[in-house]
Amino acid sequence: MTSPLLNVQNLVTRFYSDGAVIHAVNDVSFSLNAGESMAIVGESGSGKSVTVMSIMRLIRHPPGRIEGGKVFFEGQDLLAISEDEMRKIRGNRIAMIFQDPMTSLNPVLSIGLQMTESIQLHLGLSLKEAREKAIKMLSLVGLPKPQERIDDFPFQFSGGQRQRVMIAMALSCNPTLLIADEPTTALDVTVQAQIIELIQGLQQKLGMAVIWISHNLAMVAGVVNKVAVMYGGHLVEQAPVDALYEQPRHPYTLGLLNAIPKLEGRAQGRLVAIDGMPPDLRREPDTCPFAPRCIYALDKCREALPPLTQSAPGQLSRCWRSDELDQIANKVELS
Amino acid sequence: MNSLVGSEALIQVRDLKVHFPIRRGLLKRQVGAVRAVDGVSFDVRRGETLGLVGESGCGKSTTGLAMLRLLDVTSGSIIFKDHDLASLDQTELRESRRHMQMVFQDPYSSLNPRMTVGSIIIEPLNVHKIGAPGERRERTQELMKLVGLNPSFINRYPHEFSGGQRQRIGIARALATNPSLIVADEPISALDVSIQAQVVNLMADLRKDLGLTFLMISHDLSMVRYISDRVAVMYLGRIVELGDRDPVFDTPRHPYTRALLSAIPTPNPKLERTRKRIILQGDVPNPSNPPAGCHFHPRCPLATSICKEAAPLLRNLSSTVSQSDTPHFAACHHA
Repeated sequence: MTSPLLNVQNLVTRFYSDGAVIHAVNDVSFSLNAGESMAIVGESGSGKSVTVMSIMRLIRHPPGRIEGGKVFFEGQDLLAISEDEMRKIRGNRIAMIFQDPMTSLNPVLSIGLQMTESIQLHLGLSLKEAREKAIKMLSLVGLPKPQERIDDFPFQFSGGQRQRVMIAMALSCNPTLLIADEPTTALDVTVQAQIIELIQGLQQKLGMAVIWISHNLAMVAGVVNKVAVMYGGHLVEQAPVDALYEQPRHPYTLGLLNAIPKLEGRAQGRLVAIDGMPPDLRREPDTCPFAPRCIYALDKCREALPPLTQSAPGQLSRCWRSDELDQIANKVELS
Repeated sequence: MNSLVGSEALIQVRDLKVHFPIRRGLLKRQVGAVRAVDGVSFDVRRGETLGLVGESGCGKSTTGLAMLRLLDVTSGSIIFKDHDLASLDQTELRESRRHMQMVFQDPYSSLNPRMTVGSIIIEPLNVHKIGAPGERRERTQELMKLVGLNPSFINRYPHEFSGGQRQRIGIARALATNPSLIVADEPISALDVSIQAQVVNLMADLRKDLGLTFLMISHDLSMVRYISDRVAVMYLGRIVELGDRDPVFDTPRHPYTRALLSAIPTPNPKLERTRKRIILQGDVPNPSNPPAGCHFHPRCPLATSICKEAAPLLRNLSSTVSQSDTPHFAACHHA
């Protein structure tokens, strides 16, 4: 068996602020093969972004700190290498695109200057070669007239075009892993569809692996092989995409799926909301993070953190009742 | 356009235009205008929820703000309780505003951080001199109970509440004057998915219990489908489709509505993988310089030469679709 492209083991990241400890990422493990695509789904504060920032070693210290775990990428533990070595990987082998393309581009530099800088740095090309490469990348992402637009500034582009420029920049060094952190959240739905189609097409063309970070279970359904669901800093469920939507094994996943309206089928009168409030990350991560909002919670759930166990082939869930969830959920629905 | 008038209309908007002047040069001469809303007509019927949907920049929020005269109207009329709000002066407007209130998108910036929850909710009662001053505090606690907030939190400040709870505060404030119409501008888009359903359910309950009429402004079509009786779709300052919810979602007549619906992802991986998407090219054009003829023609897959020349009028197509006599309007030469 070949080793996975990315293998995250027992990652722990905490933030220290005003004497409080924020348990942002607790014992998170997952792996991703070359060319595969996965989604990490969660609400704000779930730890999904901190997880990938930890993988990229972009956690600012203080206040944050990666306190445990290993991140193997192409066989190398990224948490054990020097900052110099990390810089050669970041933006090169692993690239990242962000939610808001306006704030991640430098507003006072032309996009050509911003693109050629990293191409020259990582690929050791001359300025002229780097500029040609940049133009090639811009036409690859479908930006019209790249030769003319390369000297434009970020404000001269629309939101969708800026995200295209970001993608061109991210992919210009031929990464094997692309991390897309909410890449379409700031965009309108019709433009969102364009960008998703673009990233999917490029993934196939270039053979890279993609991690989609999203709060939207609907958006990732059609684009990934597997999904990891995070809640309160824990990875609570991980499964192949079809299994996760058909038979979720964690009450939070089930609750999320019930809470979002679907466009197909009849519109029903009422959504099934998840009562209660988002978790407080200052709590000790030693009980189930979802227990305070979970309608299936037992005393046990408030006493001990369930382990991440396999409940179906390839499907892992962190719930004491994962095996009986489909039965008890049906019962609740009927009553 | 007379057929648009329903006998039970609570508010009638006719040919509403809101243009923002563009001024340049030393003398601040007007050199053009952003036509945010460019001739919009519709009714909101008593007791219904009308969903007003579209992408950013289509004019949906401007329409909502102009209906409450929170923005100046360039031309057109807004008939509410036998008055034309577009031509009332400030004193007359104040009396009308009692009956129409607004819930805003961002529960963080729409609540004054220096005021307690109690003083935020009581303010409209003080402004409109509703009830004896001694009874207003009691009424405030009643309102808090009504929206699911603990009345003992009356002296707390907005920062002590989560996003969902803050939106409840905003709703309580809107309900304080016993309005008949609530304009809700993206009331859930700043909230986490699991909290969105709570707020949607709350609004549905309030509508039923208090007999409210809602204008729900949103870009989230699947949510609008859940809560609306009728839907109006806007594109670049104009309504392109208007009708009962099911006909609009099941048999959309305007190519823009079709593209918009097909771009919305649904949480069903199997369906998503096989779904045929209409992916629109390009971005929404600049409303200061909209395309001639049909505003949608540069992105429309069905556009012909007539679309470049003549702006299509909103016409009733219901007889050509089905026997049902509920009107279904679309503004398209080819619908």
